[in-house]
Amino acid sequence: MKGMTIIVKKTTQLIAGMIFMYGIYVIIHGHLTPGGGFAGGVIVAGSLILVTLAYGGNFLNLIKEEAGTTIVESLATMMVIMIATAGFIFGTHVFFNNFLPKGIVGQLISAGVLPLYNIFIGTEVAASIFIIFLSLIIFKEESPQ
Amino acid sequence: MELAISIITGLMIIGALYAIHAKDLLSSVIACGIVGYSLVICFLLLKAPDLAIVQIVVDTITLIIMVAVVLDSSREEKYSRLDTWGYVSAATGVLLIGILLWVFINSIQTLDVLGKSTLRMAGSYIEGAAQRTGSANLVTGVVFDFRGYDTMGEAVVLVTAVLGVLTILRLKGKK
Amino acid sequence: MITYIMCFILFLVGFYGVITRRNLVKIAVSLSIMEISTFLFFALIGYVDGGAAPIVDPADPVKTYVDPLPQAMVLTAIVIGLATTSMMMAIIIRLYRKYGTFDIREIKNLKG
Repeated sequence: MKGMTIIVKKTTQLIAGMIFMYGIYVIIHGHLTPGGGFAGGVIVAGSLILVTLAYGGNFLNLIKEEAGTTIVESLATMMVIMIATAGFIFGTHVFFNNFLPKGIVGQLISAGVLPLYNIFIGTEVAASIFIIFLSLIIFKEESPQ
Repeated sequence: MELAISIITGLMIIGALYAIHAKDLLSSVIACGIVGYSLVICFLLLKAPDLAIVQIVVDTITLIIMVAVVLDSSREEKYSRLDTWGYVSAATGVLLIGILLWVFINSIQTLDVLGKSTLRMAGSYIEGAAQRTGSANLVTGVVFDFRGYDTMGEAVVLVTAVLGVLTILRLKGKK
Repeated sequence: MITYIMCFILFLVGFYGVITRRNLVKIAVSLSIMEISTFLFFALIGYVDGGAAPIVDPADPVKTYVDPLPQAMVLTAIVIGLATTSMMMAIIIRLYRKYGTFDIREIKNLKG
């Protein structure tokens, strides 16, 4: 697909990195400030969509990106279920047990297993939304119009 | 607070009425996006900053996907005269709306005034939640620690939606 | 009480759009409006007068918080609504490429 004009490309060069870092900040500080896994994941997906729309890309490149992103999404979902199952082994034997030490309320490393959940769910949500967008673009490219 | 939310909801109703009656499909999709953005102001007035962040970005992405579908088609709704099936469906719609509105007005008499009702689980979730889960954000604590099964179900729903979209939009199978 | 009724009228506007419109994109837009009214209703139920946003600040204790349970439910529902809308859009674009129209009565008559 064709990219956009040079003004859009220059603006994307300046801004897309900052949006990505803001998304990662919202994911990691999910247990201290409003936000969390879902909000940060969708913000990261938004920055990837911006770069794809502004620069375009030839067709084979997009197919390779889609194949790699499906692998990332499946791995992230599997890690969420494995952390939840690890609650069986440590501590009281229930599913979704919060087994790491809880720490002091308000510090970055606290709240047990919650920051790990935030990171993996954020990765999974970002990968899902990016796959949906990429498959729409690939469909529009390869169907005869 | 009631007055402010009622005014914003009234504007949302006007926007929704335009969205379903517009002649041009692109205008209708943009009006749907505006109704979603007005919901963000309502969330901020109701002291829910978590929901406001999620609703802004999700509404932007919904707008992008809808515009990508509408743009490469004939962007007009063909208007044809109302025939008998049109009148039947409109009459059924008005009848159902009347019945649903009457049932709703009768059944919210048991609710308290806005701002005074407390649900039964609220007390046992809030007290000591910061100590029990260890997180300063109570909504994240409820979503990931007290209600972990719902989060796992939502991750599974997202994976299923991606599987569905990949299957529907596939043109060439493997040789 | 008037706020709940206005929220339900928004739901009924979307419901009317699903029943009487013939264009596929209008049906998808009306379904999205119905979901938005449901999120607003849940957030209205959990509001407490004079409560603060549910973020605990360890240096500054607050008496009452807004109820976090409906907010947790709406948080999950918003992302699921995005997944549902995107799947509907995929079906719609596939139907348009095959039949050439968005109108449901013409698609029913063609029976390709």
